[in-house]
Amino acid sequence: MISPMPECDLLVVGAGPAGVAAATVAAERGRAVLLLDDTPWLGGQIWRGEQQKPTNAQAQTWLNRLARSGVRIIGEARMVGLEGPGRYVIETPDHHWTIQPKALVLATGARELFLPFPGWTLPGILGAGGLQTLVKTGWPIEGQRVVVAGSGPLLLAVAAGLKKAGANVVGLFEQASPASLARFGTQLIAHPDKIGQAFGLRRQLAGVPYKLGWWPVRAEGVNQVERLVLTSGRQTLTVDCDAVACGFGLVPSLELPTLLGCLLDGEAVAVDAGQQTSVQGIFAAGELTGIGGNDKALVEGQVASLTAIGEHAAVFPLHRSRNGWRNFARALGKTFKPRPELLKLAEPQTIVCRCEDVTYSQLSGYTSWRDAKLQTRCGMGPCQGRICGAATRQLFGWGMESVRPPVLAARVASLIPSDERI
Amino acid sequence: MSQTPDVIVLGAGIVGAACARSCAQAGLSVLVLDRGPIGGGTTAAGMGHLVVMDDSEAQFALTSRSCQLWQELRAELPEDVEYDNCGTLWVAADDEEMAEVDRKARFYQERGVAVEILDAAGVASSEPELRPGLAGGLRVPADAVIYPPCAAAYLLADARRKGGRVEMDCNAGVAAIEGPGSVRLTSGRQIQGGIVVVAAGALTPLLVPGLPIKKRKGHLVITDRYPGFAHHQIVELGYLKSAHATQADSVAFNIQPRKTGQMLIGSSRQYNAEGTEVEPHLLGRMLKRAESYMPRIGQLSALRVWTGHRAATPDKLPIIGPVPGNDRTWIASGHEGLGITTSLATAEILVDRLMGRNPAIPAAPYDPARFEHAAKEPTHA
Amino acid sequence: MPEPEVINVTVNGQRLSVPAGTVAASAVARAGLVGFRAPVRGGPARGPLCGMGICFECRIMINGQPQVRSCQVICREGMELRTDDLANA
Ligand SMILES: Cc1cc2nc3c(=O)[nH]c(=O)nc-3n(C[C@H](O)[C@H](O)[C@H](O)COP(=O)(O)OP(=O)(O)OC[C@H]3O[C@@H](n4cnc5c(N)ncnc54)[C@H](O)[C@@H]3O)c2cc1C
Ligand SMILES: Cc1cc2nc3c(=O)[nH]c(=O)nc-3n(C[C@H](O)[C@H](O)[C@H](O)COP(=O)(O)OP(=O)(O)OC[C@H]3O[C@@H](n4cnc5c(N)ncnc54)[C@H](O)[C@@H]3O)c2cc1C
Ligand code: FES
Repeated sequence: MISPMPECDLLVVGAGPAGVAAATVAAERGRAVLLLDDTPWLGGQIWRGEQQKPTNAQAQTWLNRLARSGVRIIGEARMVGLEGPGRYVIETPDHHWTIQPKALVLATGARELFLPFPGWTLPGILGAGGLQTLVKTGWPIEGQRVVVAGSGPLLLAVAAGLKKAGANVVGLFEQASPASLARFGTQLIAHPDKIGQAFGLRRQLAGVPYKLGWWPVRAEGVNQVERLVLTSGRQTLTVDCDAVACGFGLVPSLELPTLLGCLLDGEAVAVDAGQQTSVQGIFAAGELTGIGGNDKALVEGQVASLTAIGEHAAVFPLHRSRNGWRNFARALGKTFKPRPELLKLAEPQTIVCRCEDVTYSQLSGYTSWRDAKLQTRCGMGPCQGRICGAATRQLFGWGMESVRPPVLAARVASLIPSDERI
Repeated sequence: MSQTPDVIVLGAGIVGAACARSCAQAGLSVLVLDRGPIGGGTTAAGMGHLVVMDDSEAQFALTSRSCQLWQELRAELPEDVEYDNCGTLWVAADDEEMAEVDRKARFYQERGVAVEILDAAGVASSEPELRPGLAGGLRVPADAVIYPPCAAAYLLADARRKGGRVEMDCNAGVAAIEGPGSVRLTSGRQIQGGIVVVAAGALTPLLVPGLPIKKRKGHLVITDRYPGFAHHQIVELGYLKSAHATQADSVAFNIQPRKTGQMLIGSSRQYNAEGTEVEPHLLGRMLKRAESYMPRIGQLSALRVWTGHRAATPDKLPIIGPVPGNDRTWIASGHEGLGITTSLATAEILVDRLMGRNPAIPAAPYDPARFEHAAKEPTHA
Repeated sequence: MPEPEVINVTVNGQRLSVPAGTVAASAVARAGLVGFRAPVRGGPARGPLCGMGICFECRIMINGQPQVRSCQVICREGMELRTDDLANA
């Protein structure tokens, strides 16, 4: 198919806060900008649904600015790979096309970390962010008993959101200890608006049992989850429920940057002061460079974009705020780091790779991700290790899974370059 | 290994694994060395089609003997080897290719291989996803498909289970063969054995300079599960006419139904392509070719694309036997696109020769000595 | 033209009306189904996990196309959703 925009000044992939900010500030300065998102929605995970039902002032400000800025927006469009140097392949539900931008900002965000525990494959157990996202697009939750468990500030937001949507949130369980949260609390003083947010959420959650230092050990049910068993290490608790929202924090989605050759720094994309990756002309912003939430994403998106279009003077004032959010991200990572007990929840028969049904016991004895993959099919399924790869990194200490095209399962037809089509 | 092993096998691909097993069955003690996991080289990248071929008498002899050995093993293969007796369907697009079907059919029948000639309607009904209007095809029902990395692991485990003395080290990069029966690891460690069998696939020339083995790169695509999309391993006969047999980069349509319900789509052939990166344009040509045979293939969801290097020889036959003038370094390599199939017969020939037994099929066509003249030429071009 | 408020789809042949903007995964859940996909080695059916298109647990057949991630598809008028197709397992 003919490319709707064969060239542009800036291509932004991912329409969450980082991508929205990046696209907006470049278009406001007169650049030709294309913003793509895999989903039909704007706003990424956090602002999903804001277009239809405005609830968040910050989201409204940015989405309005975006709408006025002249950015060309294409939804249900995702980058699946490269066709040649600087020529990217984009897949839409019915077609694929290529684009050759002058610069590229990757803002593809993060996903939840899932750690296997017995019963975690039962229907009704969803990611915390996962359930929230689905509820925003019609998932029936009214009157259902939901347990929220796992780790990270997202849990509070999810519990509040579910409650507002009519769920009966029967408990909120954070694995991090009260002590490490207290330490984190003192650091929040540098970010007073975050304290406000947290207190606001706690108010909305009045009446919901909220326990720190508790984590799930087992889910039970026949065809779907019926109860969740949790522990604090000393006591256990069984909670009857219809659904579980459970995630152990977020991890950056590194497949696209890795495929494009961007070097990593630990579990994040390495960037310089202008958010440029190790590949000239490719920038990264938001969760990709380290989990830190929407404020970090917004400022990084602007820095990346302004650097990419050469507006260096406009970048300078943003540095301080960006560095502050980077520190916040580091503190976040420390506070909500999964406790060692969480790595021992899987039993021999617990499935670790959900695509290929590979159990914990089948995986023990291998020395590397690749060895295990070749012999057990772990990570060979359609998710290509997006779920089990992060888990086995934690459980077995294996290295990162390797990335091959397409970035995410794509139609075979999308792998045929347009000039081979003639 | 406490004592000096009788045989050191370099490479834990399917060929090295098969050789180790045959050596152990002959009562020899074996040490297998690889720099990476079992079956992690080209064995992890190949299609795993067990196919009887007819390019030459020697190729037929090796492939048919091997397929027979695989069939004898079949009952004991564990489930993860995914042995699937799906058969091969060679498809003819036009009358010229149909003439090839007739020739092929005669060749196989004269040698006792059961085949079935299909007309246009027969091809259409046995593989409804193929485009209408194909001329016909040839079905070889005994051909099969396996999953090679688990097959390699099985062969090694089997040797041990049956009391064979096999040890292995998958963290042992070999730097060089130094002196008779002796190897030096990249770590600097020296290991002494009786003889060394080099089964290092496309990397063999790095250990035995001068062998006429060239890397020939191939691309493959695996899809999500679509059970029934294809029933046979389907291979076009068009590649006989196309450039697939020559030096240029080429593509041919080839699809393999995996036991999982997934479709494995191939393939490309390329010389002078040392890197492992996916090459979008060649991949595109390959998939367009596939789409021209199976129009709905474009709608399937592709999970992963990868590449592998075949070990190609000038006469398209593998190299099995001792290096001329050095009877303590043996070669088992150069299997191009057939090493999964021919691994078992390769091991059989190698060990029969080692033990001074008469091989089941004549060994001369695969003997390294056939290149002796060439091997003495300077290696640069 | 204003978007219609309600979209009609079928889930395993049964008619169902859902609010506009509902994704296919949510429609399946609204039809009262908990299992979306048969796991490859048997056991109870699976349902959505990530809600964002990366886990592939929510794959169903949509308008005859198997293996589609239902959490990423917005319901359109007349859309046919199937979870009962075994070839989809
Ligand atoms: C019969 C069969 C069926 C298979 N089925 C599946 C399946 O269902 N799902 C599946 O995922 N896989 C499947 N595989 C493929 C397998 O998982 C590996 O992908 C394959 O072993 C080789 O792939 P790889 O090159 O990607 O290996 P990797 O483990 O990725 O690495 C091999 C080498 O390639 C290099 N490499 C990796 N990525 C790149 C890159 N982007 N650019 C350049 N070099 C790179 C690495 O550095 C390494 O040296 C199957 C294989 C076979 C033989
Ligand atoms: C795209 C493609 C499709 C194919 N399809 C088929 C098919 O359908 N049917 C079929 O029969 N064949 C097929 N083949 C061919 C088949 O995959 C190979 O012939 C076969 O895997 C070769 O096995 P091997 O053991 O010789 O080599 P490899 O599997 O490459 O094993 C060699 C081993 O040696 C190790 N090694 C190398 N150098 C060193 C060193 N210095 N130190 C330590 N270890 C070392 C490597 O790590 C590796 O594990 C295909 C190949 C390709 C590329
Ligand atoms: S729920 Fe994970 S892909 Fe749809």
